[in-house]
Amino acid sequence: MSQISFQSVSRVFRRGSEEILAVADVSLEVADREFVAIVGPSGCGKTTLLRMAAGLDFPSSGSVLVGAREVAEPGPDRAVVFQQFALFPWKTVRENIGFGLKCRGVPAAQRNAAVDRYIEMMGLQGHENAYPHQLSGGMQQRVAIARSYALEPEVLLMDEPFGALDAQTRIEMQEELIRLARVNPRTVLFITHAVEEAVYLADRVAVMTRRPGRLAEIIDVAPVRRAEAWEERPIEEVMDLGSFTHLRTRIWKMLRDEREAKAEAPRVTPLQRRKAGP
Amino acid sequence: MGGAVAADVTAAQGARPARGRRRGAPGVVELGLLSLGGFAAFFGLWFVVARSGVVPARFLPAPGVVAATFFHLTHDPFAGYTLQQHLLSSIGRFLMGFALAAAAGVPLGLLMGWFRWLDDVVSPVFEGFRFIAPIAWVPFAALWFGTGIGGPILIIFSGAFPPCVINAQRGARLIEPHLIEAARSLGAGHCRMFAEVLVPGALPSIVAGLRISAGLAWQSLVGAELIVVSSGVGYLMVQGQSNLATPIVMSGMIAIGIVGFLIDVALRAAEARIRRGWAGA
Repeated sequence: MSQISFQSVSRVFRRGSEEILAVADVSLEVADREFVAIVGPSGCGKTTLLRMAAGLDFPSSGSVLVGAREVAEPGPDRAVVFQQFALFPWKTVRENIGFGLKCRGVPAAQRNAAVDRYIEMMGLQGHENAYPHQLSGGMQQRVAIARSYALEPEVLLMDEPFGALDAQTRIEMQEELIRLARVNPRTVLFITHAVEEAVYLADRVAVMTRRPGRLAEIIDVAPVRRAEAWEERPIEEVMDLGSFTHLRTRIWKMLRDEREAKAEAPRVTPLQRRKAGP
Repeated sequence: MGGAVAADVTAAQGARPARGRRRGAPGVVELGLLSLGGFAAFFGLWFVVARSGVVPARFLPAPGVVAATFFHLTHDPFAGYTLQQHLLSSIGRFLMGFALAAAAGVPLGLLMGWFRWLDDVVSPVFEGFRFIAPIAWVPFAALWFGTGIGGPILIIFSGAFPPCVINAQRGARLIEPHLIEAARSLGAGHCRMFAEVLVPGALPSIVAGLRISAGLAWQSLVGAELIVVSSGVGYLMVQGQSNLATPIVMSGMIAIGIVGFLIDVALRAAEARIRRGWAGA
């Protein structure tokens, strides 16, 4: 049974009298406890797909299902991790992590125990009572991830969660996420424009075309990962493996071909169906 | 008057460097000296003009006379009360009008910021009303409330209400959309969203609005007290005027200035504190 299911999803944005087709007829299934990354050039609609799974945006046609239900609104069964962290600046680390549980009505004692567990899991000890602006970017994103995990959601939706971090922190966070995914497997939809990150983290990598975003190809990484036990090895070693570089280069090439196709294509990408106004 | 109603929103969002730039960043001591210099020049000029006899003392009393009258008023009742008692009753009215404006205006503004339709309903009427100077309500205040407490409060309220609404509305509207989306994804219901996201998120803007609102409320006071019978600084001044006692009128003006200044200092301090706490917003 698939946990997230995009069924011929299209999304049209309206800007003034223009209609822009952002996502075109995407069908994608993410299995239970599977980690799927979507990569693609910027503006290809990958974030739009994630927002539709989150219930923060809705398809113009087609449907998005999580579990067996069509997505109608945001909810704590689908935790979102945003690129901009989206921590509440007026709440401490502890209050941020506990917010979702509080919304669920979990009593304080129980909530504190859960918060403590995730503070420890994400290595945030000593920062419990800090405010987000007192933490580094990496630490802030740890808090955001802890806040999502604390709800023990079926589905985690991560929108370029490491995009705002420096290279070093980013690598640490990637390792962290692999570790977390092993201890605590979830269904994950992960948006990124970093190909290496996608190949390192995901069971499958979905490559999207430039706008209007379609699925170009889905690359199965899981068999290689399992065969070579990537999870057991440090990240730099994995990224040096022939199998890893092969997959990475293949996806890079796909994306470059996309970019070149864009350079050759005429500049008018938006749909112009509605152009003739009154 | 209407132009000063909306707080500088970027400042309210916690952009601290703006202050230094605006002042050309002199030190604290230099600032103190400059302020003292300003006072000295003002009183010096006043003293010279009053002493020279160009303007009759009836029209412009000398600073010394005003100071003596001011001191006199603090222990010798005029128009029934001492200056402090007049001030206290003024401050009481001010607090009631201001509290009422804040209690009604801030929630209304927040709701307008949250529900677009409410904004569409309220804004057109509100935009018209907020340009009516508080003193323009005097006839109706008198007609509706007579000499009761309601009249002055209505006038103060009409001055203090708009900045409360506008700044709360802006504060709510300018909250990071990601924070609202995060809260919804984490399962926040309407009440929690309001109490734990909207209010704290809009707080810097709300407090900036309250500061402006308090200033306008205090300014509206004299107008309000023109129709009050028996106490208040405005009343003291009206009585002074009808006795042709200009030093008394000026003492009232000075008292209004001092108290207004103190209110502003207190609210500025509160605003700065909140902004510091929100530095990461």
